Formats: sequence, C-alpha cells, structure tokens
Amino acid sequence: MLSEIYGDLILDHCRNPRNYGDIHNATHRICGHNPLCGDKIELTFIVKDNHIENIKFKGKGCAISQASASIMTNELLGKTTEEAILLFNVFHEMLTREDFSEKNIFVDSFFKKAGVFLNIKNFPTRVKCATLAWHSFNLALKENKPQQNDNIN
Amino acid sequence: MNKLKMKNLNFPMLGKKTNNNRLVYLDNASTTFKHAYVIEAERKYETEYSANIHRGIYFISEKATREYEEVRSKVKHFINAKKETEIIFTSGSTGSLNLIAYSYGRTFLKKNDEIWISSLEHHSNIIPWQIICSEIGCKLRIIPINKDHTVKKIPFGKQAKLLAITCISNAIGVANPIRNWIKQAKERNIKVVLDAAQAVPHFKMDVQELDCDFLVFSGHKIYGPTGVGILYGKEKLLETMVPYQTGGDMVKEVTFQKTIYADLPAKFEAGTPNISGVIGFGAAIDFVNKIKFQPIAQNTIFQKAKEKLIQIGAKIVGEEFGKIQVPILSFTLQNIHPHDIATILDQKGIAVRAGHLCAQPLLNLLNVPALTRVSLGEYNTDNDIDSLIDGIKFVKKVLKC
Ligand SMILES: Cc1ncc(COP(=O)(O)O)c(C=O)c1O
Repeated sequence: MLSEIYGDLILDHCRNPRNYGDIHNATHRICGHNPLCGDKIELTFIVKDNHIENIKFKGKGCAISQASASIMTNELLGKTTEEAILLFNVFHEMLTREDFSEKNIFVDSFFKKAGVFLNIKNFPTRVKCATLAWHSFNLALKENKPQQNDNIN
Repeated sequence: MNKLKMKNLNFPMLGKKTNNNRLVYLDNASTTFKHAYVIEAERKYETEYSANIHRGIYFISEKATREYEEVRSKVKHFINAKKETEIIFTSGSTGSLNLIAYSYGRTFLKKNDEIWISSLEHHSNIIPWQIICSEIGCKLRIIPINKDHTVKKIPFGKQAKLLAITCISNAIGVANPIRNWIKQAKERNIKVVLDAAQAVPHFKMDVQELDCDFLVFSGHKIYGPTGVGILYGKEKLLETMVPYQTGGDMVKEVTFQKTIYADLPAKFEAGTPNISGVIGFGAAIDFVNKIKFQPIAQNTIFQKAKEKLIQIGAKIVGEEFGKIQVPILSFTLQNIHPHDIATILDQKGIAVRAGHLCAQPLLNLLNVPALTRVSLGEYNTDNDIDSLIDGIKFVKKVLKC
C-alpha cells in the first residue's frame, strides 16, 4: 500500500518537478493553500483559443501535493478547457467515490499517470494533499473567466 | 522508573494495535491517554449517580454536586490557589483563554491599551486577543525574540495592561522566562495571564508563588478527559469581570428586566457543565499528584530519543531559543516533508504530530513551513524510542533517501 503511494513516479515528480516556475503574463493565477498542513501551491497558466497553452506551478509541501501538481501540469498542458474540466472531475471522483471506474479512452491514458493517486483513498488524511493543485486549477478557471475574455479581446 | 509508578501506569490504550503494529504513541503534547482510574471515575458518575448538579433536591444530584465541587477543591490545592472560588471549570485552555479575553477585555481594556504576548504562543493565546484588539481598539504587541532568547526588558508602553504568555511552547518545548517577565509586569501593575497547558504535565505550578493573575490548563494533557479545563483567576478580578456566557446556573435572581449574577465561581459556569469530565479530571489530578516530576536532564528516555534522532540525521529545532524543558522534540529530516514522515510512521503504528503545530507565527520565525514533533508521556518507554528510530529508517527507505 505504502509503496504504491510513495512509488517511483511520485518520488520522481516530487524531486524533479515538471513545469516548475511562474508565467508572468498568465491569464490565470491562483494561490492554493491547505491550511491544515500548510501545503502551498501557486499556479499560473495561459488559456488561449480555449486551449491551455502553458501552465506552471510553484509550491512547498509534502511529496504527494508536489508530485500531484507536477503530474497535473503535465496532463493539462495542451488540453482544451473542456477536457481539463473533465480530467478534474475524473480525478476528483477517483479520490472521493467508492464506486469510481474509468470511463472512456481519453480518460484511460490519463490514468497511466494520475492513477497512481488512486491509493491515496486509503489514507484519508492525505486526500487533500493530492487534490490541492486540481482544486486550485478548477477554481482559477471558474473565477477568472471574465479576465480571460478581457485578455483575449 | 520506580516500581510504584509502574503499578500506576494503568492506561487501557497502552498495548493497542494500529495498522497491525503495536501502537507507539508519541503525541502526548497534543493529548494524553486516559488513566484507567479516570475512566472508572467517569463511568461511576454515568452509571451510579448520573444527575445534574446544583439543582436536584435528591440524593444522586447531591452526590454529583459533592463530587464535582470536590474536584474544585483538588484543583485549588493542585495549583495552590487561595480559595475554591478562584477555580472556574471550562472546556479547556482554549475555553479559558477566550473567557479571559472576552470578559477581562470587556471589563477593563480600552482603546490603545497594549496586550503583550510572546513569540512562542499557541494559536489559542493569539486569536482571542486579535479579536479583542479589533473590537476595542487595543494593540497586540509581541515580545521580540532574540536568537539566545534573552529579552532583558520588555518594551512596555504607557498603556500596557496585560501580559498573556505561555509558560512552555507546545511546538518546541522551550520555556519563556516567566518569573522575570512577571516581575517586570508587576512593577507596572500589568496583569498576567499564564497559559500553563504544556507546563502542568511536567512542573508543579503555584499561582501564589508565581503571583500570576490568571492561569489556564487542560485536563486532557494530564491523562484526564477531553473537554475540561481550568481557569484560575484572582478573586478580586473575577468578581469585577462581566460574565462570559449567560444562562442557567449563573444567576441569583432573574426578572425579565434584569438579572443579578451568582457569586463566584458559578457566575462563570453558565449551563450544565461537563460533569463526568470534571469528575474524571479530579481522578487525573490524583494521578499527576503521584508523578515525581524530574528535570529534563534526568529523563533518560527523552535524552535517548534526542541523541538517536540526531544520530539518524534529524535536526532538532528551537534550541536556539533556549533549553528544551519538557519532553518535546520537534525536528526536520533532510528535505522530507513532515506529513510524509507521519504517514509512513503511521504504517508502523507510530503516532507523531506533523504540521504547523498550532503555532504558525513561531514556525515563520523559525523559517520552517512544518515540523515533525515527538512528545513523551509518563508511559513511554525505551522500546518506544527504538521503534521510532526503526520507523524513521523505514521512512528513509520508502522515500529512497
Ligand atoms: C500551549 C498551549 N496552549 C493552549 C492549548 C489549547 O488547549 P486545548 O486544546 O485543550 O484547549 C494547547 C494545546 O495544544 C497548548 O499546547
């Protein structure tokens, strides 16, 4: 069980986070914070022509929160916003619903990576660590809609 | 540990299993296991004389009232208060501190008055004062902390009215120089609140000798039930303060126009209290009275834990602020996040605390986002420390560092 959550993929992403940094001309910017344990994530991304053209994060926190952010940015890069929201929903359901099952092929390939977090369900106090980046992303996408339009126009 | 003490170490939680391992409980600064004697006292109340207090004109209510009030008298002796009326039962240290902030604040504090706290405070001795400050317009001042923790003189302003300080940091086990600070406060007629939540489990506290105006602590950190705590206050102050909560039990006479409050201590104990908790708390005090407090230097289990943790690469945090006075060890380990340490240790049955330890401002000063904390109780053994060290080796193995 333990080796499944602290497996090679998570340890690798934690030590060598992908897409680490800050996009200064981002259309979306959010600071995600888990007050319970102090994990912090600063997420910036650019939505252009309905696609996530670039996405980066910076953060401090446990292996799970940092690896999850790194894997998420990898997965979201280049996706349309609809696809991104679908992935958010899948990820969220994966960690919160008992009866969860993979649904379609698009999601299936996503699973090869994000599926490592499935076992977090067995560590209820740590679910929030895995979902922090995703919730931040979802919130930024929702909240920044008007600003995004401004930037495009 | 001598024989007599071993005999008294009757804690039903000891020897329990968690995650298929022997439970090794090392989070005693958070809360302690309950002594069998405590559980038995609570059970007796619940099953043999379960009734409300101060009200019923029948045997079991009178018995419950007697037992409840007897605990007040025990607490009076325990901290050497002058009178029983100076002992108020609350829901815990947090409840007591909120009571002081609200009631003392509303009675005595005015705009621009200074409230002083230390850098080592638990959130529960910060937030109530922030609220009073924003409501009344007082100023919250923090005693500056030096690397060697030598604050010679607190820079009290003209309007300094209150010094509210913890005796010992729950995060790093270091003490504030309370005697020196109380002396400085008294010279200027500044009232003193002592948060003794972490001190009472390890030191004899004497409120008359310390000459503090208020002192608070919790039952669940001294092997008693959760949800019970103490507010000690000097009688003169408590008498003049407005009540905190109002309702039943705290009144002499009520008409729809006005109310005459009851005398101390009832004035501050509105509503039906945690009767079984208070009775269990009395049993916990009996147990703590039997503990022979030893200076930390003689606590061989603590010394062993400290030595072994350092050997294995842990960096003990906080000693730059003073000597650790109680068996609390907070550390960082390489770049491993405390939550990962705690999750992996938990798989081996070892319970430690990880995170900001309810002392975020102090962690900011220490420049660490989170810590792993090991804190010992009376029942921890050499064996527990061996398990901890093996556990940490396992953490390193899992995380491949
Ligand atoms: C120094 C200190 N003050 C106050 C508290 C709050 O105590 P309680 O949670 O029992 O109200 C604690 C508990 O962690 C503490 O360590």
